[in-house]
Amino acid sequence: MSFPWAKNYEPVNPVMKFMDEKLPLPRLVYNAVGAGYPVPRNLSYFWNFGILAGFCLVLQIVTGVVLAMHYAANSGIAFNSVEHIMRDVNWGWMLRYMHANGASFFFLVIYIHIFRGFFYSSYKAPREMIWLLGVVIFLLTMATAFMGYVLPWGQMSFWGAKVITGLFSAIPLVGEPIQIWLLGGFAPDNAALNRFFSLHFMLPFVILGVVILHIWALHIPGSSNPTGVEVKQESDTVPFHPYYTAKDGFGLGVFLLIYFAFVFFFPNTLGHPDNYIEANPLSTPAHIVPEWYFYPFYAILRAFTFDFIIEAKLWGVLAMFSSILVWFFLPWLDKSPVRSGHYRPMFRKFFWFGLIPCMAVLFYCGGAPAEEPYVMISQIATAYYFLHFLVILPIISSIERPEPLPFSITEAVLGSDDSAVIEPAAKAAE
Amino acid sequence: MASTGTADAHSEEVGVASEDGVRRRDFIEIAAVSAAGVGGLACLLPLVSQMAPSADVLAESSTELDISALEEGQSIKAVFRKQPVFVRHLTPAEIEAADAVDVGSLRDPQTLQERTEDGHHNILVVMGVCTHLGCVPLGAAEGENKGEFGGYFCPCHGSHYDTAARIRKGPAPKNLEVPTYEFTTDTTIVIG
Repeated sequence: MSFPWAKNYEPVNPVMKFMDEKLPLPRLVYNAVGAGYPVPRNLSYFWNFGILAGFCLVLQIVTGVVLAMHYAANSGIAFNSVEHIMRDVNWGWMLRYMHANGASFFFLVIYIHIFRGFFYSSYKAPREMIWLLGVVIFLLTMATAFMGYVLPWGQMSFWGAKVITGLFSAIPLVGEPIQIWLLGGFAPDNAALNRFFSLHFMLPFVILGVVILHIWALHIPGSSNPTGVEVKQESDTVPFHPYYTAKDGFGLGVFLLIYFAFVFFFPNTLGHPDNYIEANPLSTPAHIVPEWYFYPFYAILRAFTFDFIIEAKLWGVLAMFSSILVWFFLPWLDKSPVRSGHYRPMFRKFFWFGLIPCMAVLFYCGGAPAEEPYVMISQIATAYYFLHFLVILPIISSIERPEPLPFSITEAVLGSDDSAVIEPAAKAAE
Repeated sequence: MASTGTADAHSEEVGVASEDGVRRRDFIEIAAVSAAGVGGLACLLPLVSQMAPSADVLAESSTELDISALEEGQSIKAVFRKQPVFVRHLTPAEIEAADAVDVGSLRDPQTLQERTEDGHHNILVVMGVCTHLGCVPLGAAEGENKGEFGGYFCPCHGSHYDTAARIRKGPAPKNLEVPTYEFTTDTTIVIG
């Protein structure tokens, strides 16, 4: 679907005409990311991150497929095959650093994309399905990243696999059999490594499929925008090409500069030195932490240290999964009719001074050792996290008095909108 | 069916409903869909079951240990099911320390007698797997930190175990697990 004023695809070249009749793929591209797709004229650089996430996915698939040509998923030689990639394979060091740092940057981009969604309430009607699919993509990406981190078979790989599969052992009665079934043994070993490799190779293509659904669902209502006011007229939009192909291209250039600065100059800064020690089932590293992008959720997992009806360990596991599952309910927890945080004074305060510091604290505590005062700080931050989504957001949306919205995107951009004068009743109503 | 006469002869044709609305074709539809459903479910069995431990992994699930050289106060680390096992020859002082504890005050109440074999109460066999998140505790090798209670100490999240490897302090919910084992001779243990 698109707006009525969208440009129609009219092939001139006979080859393109032939193609359009037999397989209208160029038409699809034209209507999806070409001149045939009108987009709000006021999108900020925060709207670059969807494209950037898509770019990261392709980057990970391309570098991952070639790494798989040299990697051996066998616990006896996996560690050495990674060193073989680093030292012997032509450009192997670069491909591996691109893949490892690509994962970090993928998550950085996704987090900005998600928090953009939080601030501008991108999850609200009519875009609920886009949001739900996005949360599914995030969960799949987390699973893929976790299994990928196990493959080098270093100390962090091994103990990460042990701790994360150990989470399932917290499930009452069936927990331990489930853990053994997941690992194919009593501890991570060759069976686990092989299945993780298989799934790590397959899941990105599942993600790609859900991404296509995500974009399909997006193209029905079209993108939201920083005002949160829906598109009313042609003057509110510009064609995707050349306007946003150019803007996204510029954003991609900036992204690549930062990304390659890490790949070439700080390739191991985001990793852990312990993972350059081969997995040893008989010795645990003193300080086990996941990759940085899982810190906030790891902090929530460890925040539960007291038994209350059920074991502390199970509380931690439930809380960690719930902290993401709660996002599925956001479209119905936040009932405010106004989307953009720019026009919601109370929501805005809780976003900048509540949710953001809370996430920063959880992030910090997730990487810190599990001792006081970090445990207590994690507990307070975890409590706020759930309060924010389950209590504060619903209350705000019912008591808050939003600031006046512009009549249209055009008015927000140009300061006035001629069509606003024609519809004074509509303006008065807002 | 033959006795229903000519009026019903029509309903014998597959696509036509009889008086109660049932067609003969309904049977074959339900049967076909059921067969496909059962077949589909049956296909799941090998797909799920292949993930369970394979025969070679299960074949490694017992370990024989010779402890004749284990002196009082010493420990050894063995491997059982790819996981560490600690075998400690307790000193009289360690046994006394373990027995002195009020069992009722423990998080996971067990006596040293319950955690060791009759006739061998000075040999403590436990899995070297912290019951919190599965790290390997310290204390089995010489010079390692034995924690505040002289047993084992898990460096990951700070769980302290006493000389009977019972949880005393820290986040772990249970005592270090005692695997199934037996003494086949006075100096030989078979775990698993």
